Amino acid sequence: MEKAIDKRFDIKQIGNDYAEKYGFKDPEEYFHKGAKGINHEVVEMMSRMKKEPEWMRAFRHKALDIFLSKPMPKWGNTELLNSIDFDDIYYYIKPTELQGNSWDEVPEYIKNTFDRLGIPEAEKKFLAGVSAQYESEVVYHSVKKELEDQGVVFMDMDSGVRERPEIVKKYFGTVIPPADNKFASLNSAVWSGGSFIYVPEGVDVKIPLQAYFRINAENMGQFERTLIIADKGSRVHYIEGCTAPVYSTNSLHSAVVELIALEGSYIRYTTIQNWAHNIYNLVTKRSVAHKNATVEWVDGNIGSKLTMKYPCIYLVGEGAKGEILSVAFAGNGQHQDAGAKVIHAAPNTSSRITSKSISKAGGRASYRGLVKVHPKAEKSKVSVECDALLIDEESRSDTYPTMEIDADNVRIEHEARVSKVAEEQLFYLTSRGLTEDEARLLIVNGFIEPFTKELPMEYAVELNRLIELEMEGSVG
Amino acid sequence: MLNENTLLKFNNIHVEVEGKEVVKGISLEVKSGEKHAIMGPNGSGKSSLANALAGHPAYGITAGEAYLNGVNLLDMDATERARSGLFLAFQYPLAIPGVTVANFLRSAVKARFGEDSIEMRDFRKILKGKFELLQVDPSFATRYVNDGFSGGEKKRLEILQMAMLKPSMAILDETDSGLDIDALKIVSHGINSTLTGDNSILMVTHYQRILNYVNPDYVHVMMDGNIIRSGGPELAIQLEEEGYDWVKSETMEKVEA
Repeated sequence: MEKAIDKRFDIKQIGNDYAEKYGFKDPEEYFHKGAKGINHEVVEMMSRMKKEPEWMRAFRHKALDIFLSKPMPKWGNTELLNSIDFDDIYYYIKPTELQGNSWDEVPEYIKNTFDRLGIPEAEKKFLAGVSAQYESEVVYHSVKKELEDQGVVFMDMDSGVRERPEIVKKYFGTVIPPADNKFASLNSAVWSGGSFIYVPEGVDVKIPLQAYFRINAENMGQFERTLIIADKGSRVHYIEGCTAPVYSTNSLHSAVVELIALEGSYIRYTTIQNWAHNIYNLVTKRSVAHKNATVEWVDGNIGSKLTMKYPCIYLVGEGAKGEILSVAFAGNGQHQDAGAKVIHAAPNTSSRITSKSISKAGGRASYRGLVKVHPKAEKSKVSVECDALLIDEESRSDTYPTMEIDADNVRIEHEARVSKVAEEQLFYLTSRGLTEDEARLLIVNGFIEPFTKELPMEYAVELNRLIELEMEGSVG
Repeated sequence: MLNENTLLKFNNIHVEVEGKEVVKGISLEVKSGEKHAIMGPNGSGKSSLANALAGHPAYGITAGEAYLNGVNLLDMDATERARSGLFLAFQYPLAIPGVTVANFLRSAVKARFGEDSIEMRDFRKILKGKFELLQVDPSFATRYVNDGFSGGEKKRLEILQMAMLKPSMAILDETDSGLDIDALKIVSHGINSTLTGDNSILMVTHYQRILNYVNPDYVHVMMDGNIIRSGGPELAIQLEEEGYDWVKSETMEKVEA
């Protein structure tokens, strides 16, 4: 705790920026880099290179047909969405021939990249397993032996398809079918990498598992696919982080994440999205919580040009619980269109959505949410809280909350607030010797405290540091 | 000409809020170790004076001069004034949700005395001592600054900050308001214990009662943006007994005479 406080307010050390810290790029020494553009040949080539079973090959082709016929969504930031040129994207880049199980097996330049991002160090200190994806493939993967001995499966999704077909086939694409939305169909056609996790009945994975996603090439499309299944009474916490170099042209990150929490299990999925400001981050995340299971999405969005992401929970079993806690930071030229979806489909289910957004220097943060309570989901509880903080006059915040309550005896709480950093608050803090920038940063850190306190300490420190970088040179 | 013992000195200070002049040419000199009180009815401009001296951007000083330890106060913003040893205990302290009292105090101590001025262990020890001084529960440290605090808790936190930041010149704006008698005693005891004989305080208050516990050397009466009378501690007692109308009528007589 002491360390966290120390670092959090180490404001004087400001000076690094994204470009230096995360935005560096490596030379491309790839095993395979296909041509730009998307068609059935690309899909066929990927499936062949991955030595996939027939069912997956067919799944991809079918998904591509859906993608090609599906129109672009007509909501959200349609201007930016329509500016995506799907022919100008690399869909599959395989950086190395083989995956490493120790960092020594990873090519030097890629290892250096992850070193700079602090992944091997974090792995040593506080993680039970790590997966590192570079472009389209997971280049490093390791999991503690104790977990393997307990039957915990943590591998990249491609290996999952090959090695655990009995589980993957049963669940893959069941929570988010390819036809769900245009970007889910695109992912289903060209997915590569991501994590596959299965936690057996009753196993409690006490320390977090982490995946880190790195885009390096320009005009890259990264389409990882993650599937997590927590069997009865098990528990798991999974964390993902991501960064990319700064380029003048745009790249696309379009993941699909499916979580299945079986009876009495618990899944927490934490994301700290820190993409460069040229990334379109269009992600579909959805989970199913069975009887007395709990799913928690802890979702932090700092980077990207446009993020559209609405983590979703289907509460399908009696007594299931869901929580979605999110923070979005929209700076200059950024649009964070984030939110949450909860579907109550069983009695005595409860959900809580807490959304916090910060807009600065003309940035735009939107909350888009849906809570639906089916007729049979009686005695359910719903709580939604949206809190927006505007740092200056030119920034923007919108909320699009939707509630469809079709059951009786449902308790609903809903709160939405938009606030500005008040002159009086700034004066109070400056009168104690803080500069205006330090005062604003303290106010912002306080504002997102309900989020940061849910993160493992190391991530809380990192998040505060990222916010500090984003707040640097904040307008007066 | 500044006396070497002069801590705060201001001359002919005028303050405007939203285009309206609320302080109309006030002068005062506070020497090292002195306790001053400015008393006045609501709307007399005394809180505006306090805020303007601390550097509140909405309280513009339109004319006059002010020095803290011989340095021109008006060249400094609120941050610099605080770092130079000026402190304002707020009448209405602001809530900073999500920021704990301990974090806030640590940030403020670092801002005032420098990044490496204090070790975490020492900081916690000192903080613990100040908690005892102001009779607050240790759980205070992890509560969010003034968020859901009672009036009394807010005022205790103000004085706790003063005790941690050790200002050479503290301005206390209506610190007694909203305090019951027990809390008033604790807060007054806290204020007195910060006094070293070198530092000074300027209390701004409507009522005389805090002055029973923090005894001023000088009392000034402020009305309609001016100091209309100055005297010793007896002036406060007289005011309490006879009310502000008494000084007002007496001043009017003088003007007419």
